[in-house]
Amino acid sequence: MNGREPHSGKKPLAFINARLIDPDSKRDEPGGLLVRDGLIADLGPHLRRNAPPGVEVVDCKGHVLCPGLIDAQVFAGEPGAEHRETLKTASHAAAAGGVTTIVVMPDTNPVIDQVALVDFIQRRARDNASVHVHTMAALTKGLLGEEMTEIGLLKRAGAVAFSNGKSSIANTRVMKNVLLYSKDFGALVVHHTEDPYLSANGAMNSGEVASRLGLPGVSKTAETIVLERDVRLVEMTGGRYHAATITCAESLDVVRGAKKRKLPVTCGVSINHLTLNENDIGPYRTFFKVRPPLRREEDRVAMIRGIASGDIDIIVSSHDPQDADVKRRPFAEAADGAVGLETLLPAALRLHHSGELSLMVLLKAMTSNPAKLLGLHSGRLAKGAIADIILVDLGEPWVVNKDSLRSRSKNSPFDEAKMQGRVLRTLVAGDTVYQYAGVERT
Amino acid sequence: MAIQSSNAPNPYPHRHLLTCERLTEGEINAILDIADNAADQSRRFDKKRDLLRGRTLINLFFESSTRTQSSFELAAKRLGADVMNMNVSTSSVTKGETLIDTAITLNAMRPDIIVVRHHAAGAVELLSQKVDCSVINAGDGAHQHPTQALLDALTIRRAKGRIAGLIVAICGDILHSRVARSNIDVLNRLGAQVRIIAPSTLLPAAPERLGAQVFTDMWKGIEGADVVMMLRLQRERMEGSYVPSSREFFHFFGLDHEKLARAKPDAVIMHPGPMNRGVEIASTIADHSRSVIREQVEMGVAVRMAVLEVLARNLPRDDDAMPDEQKPAPAVKR
Repeated sequence: MNGREPHSGKKPLAFINARLIDPDSKRDEPGGLLVRDGLIADLGPHLRRNAPPGVEVVDCKGHVLCPGLIDAQVFAGEPGAEHRETLKTASHAAAAGGVTTIVVMPDTNPVIDQVALVDFIQRRARDNASVHVHTMAALTKGLLGEEMTEIGLLKRAGAVAFSNGKSSIANTRVMKNVLLYSKDFGALVVHHTEDPYLSANGAMNSGEVASRLGLPGVSKTAETIVLERDVRLVEMTGGRYHAATITCAESLDVVRGAKKRKLPVTCGVSINHLTLNENDIGPYRTFFKVRPPLRREEDRVAMIRGIASGDIDIIVSSHDPQDADVKRRPFAEAADGAVGLETLLPAALRLHHSGELSLMVLLKAMTSNPAKLLGLHSGRLAKGAIADIILVDLGEPWVVNKDSLRSRSKNSPFDEAKMQGRVLRTLVAGDTVYQYAGVERT
Repeated sequence: MAIQSSNAPNPYPHRHLLTCERLTEGEINAILDIADNAADQSRRFDKKRDLLRGRTLINLFFESSTRTQSSFELAAKRLGADVMNMNVSTSSVTKGETLIDTAITLNAMRPDIIVVRHHAAGAVELLSQKVDCSVINAGDGAHQHPTQALLDALTIRRAKGRIAGLIVAICGDILHSRVARSNIDVLNRLGAQVRIIAPSTLLPAAPERLGAQVFTDMWKGIEGADVVMMLRLQRERMEGSYVPSSREFFHFFGLDHEKLARAKPDAVIMHPGPMNRGVEIASTIADHSRSVIREQVEMGVAVRMAVLEVLARNLPRDDDAMPDEQKPAPAVKR
């Protein structure tokens, strides 16, 4: 279906002496885990020291063994922008970052708005990708925000959710109808919340920094006005709704209110908005130009509180490869977007090391929560579950070097950033798709 | 104005037929009984009676129609009336005349019955308030189409022998359908269990309040149905605004053999026409042995004859009116 299926025939693999962390079952304890035929055959404290006979044994040396991450927002470039990224290169970046499932966005050329294109992505992923690849199909034809796509047939073809990509649906009537129509099929509507008129030409967060830099701003209101409208439409239609990436305290209030009223509303945040703020832009650094824009430090702190309280459901990398041609331009003219698959987990671990968020809460927002949201059976450590697992050294210090990134594009806001903690090994359906080989850079 | 005829029972003591909402079970059954006889009359070589001799019927169609207009014309002619068809595209309406002025103008020509179709809900009722003759609603917007519901009821009654207790599934564009609204009213009055099946985008607000069980999954909605009534989906509504495409609509809401197999084995298939083969109904289903779509057309003429007959009984007659030269000009109500 999506690239990697469990299969038999390989020698079972036993991970011993591990710290098992599974947000789904709230497990955090020393133990071991046995992988057989692509599935988790057994796990628990009883496997901590002793592996069954006849299996290959991996000594985890006390490092964390947890479900592989599920990244619900990846812009992959294939088809149409293979010079920036392909499903293959994106999957290699994902594997190196401990991400075992990626959901690719419909903003491609052609747009993923037809059944044949969902099939295309799945075939390409099956043949080339080392991690699971799912498709987020377009909500409207050509992402133009006017006519809805064949949501029923696309869902049958395997689309896990529907999105209008990097643009909001400005027409309220269209938005109402896609929510109504999606409801009949139980389809999830993922929406980028940004009023296109308020944010027109905006280059960064509206405020003091933008004013000093002389850049046109994107206000928080551009985000909340669409979000509030959408919540009203959810109330009216009953459709399942997910705000793709919120960035400010005001949006968090809107989502919290919707959840209080038991509306089927969820939301996500990008790792960039949890770990960076607008000051990082400094002297017009375009690698920090993302959409929605980085906000103020207070907003970043609010996003962290949102993760802690559970009001923000998931963390995404919002991996968006852009090449030098479109990034090395005057700030306002440069492309939006940052790669993030390989730095998602290390950046998130910053919040763990700083004490801002617990490991369990962080991992939950990147494993079991996105799995539930998208209806996937992965994202957990359980007997019989697919063996999508990662081994993580929480302490290993390293420095990000953009030239070592596996992504075909190098537009990382974390270039030269100091990180603590990295992925040692990534398994997808029981197959090792990434293994850290020690210090790989000079 | 309407003076009851003293020498005939009056099963429908009203001047107009505008809506099914207020029809009683007795009124409906009386019309259907008369229509049964009219159907027999239409099958004879000599189809003509003189019940409406001397009467004038005007077909006033603001929306184009082939079958309803010709059905009314035939029905009236078989009862001996003079029929005039007002072609709106060449009428003063296109020159900017208001609906009420059109009504007053037509009224001055002293018709006995006007059959009206209009694209706006409520327009026929508005017109009926401005004329002295009887008015039959031949469809007003997404509101009502009474003769269609009556002909559907007659078709079902003749095919199934009864209506009470039957499960009737109406499927398709409920939101814009006057046929669905009229049918829900009539079938409920006659004791049927009505279901409506549509994607949420083609359901009106509060659909459960209309007197039907609501389904957005056709496989479930058609389960055990005795009658499957498909509605027409207009082309401009399946290009992304209400449903994504005709392909997707047919897949989930079109009547094909797979879905029909969920209905009762002897379920009959209906469609008010005109059909979009391959959009709401598979071509082979439209021509299926259990399809009564052609009977619906035949019963259309019969039911319209019956409606004209019961309304004619209420029309004033020369012997109970004052002499013509003493009669004032028709009152103009504005």
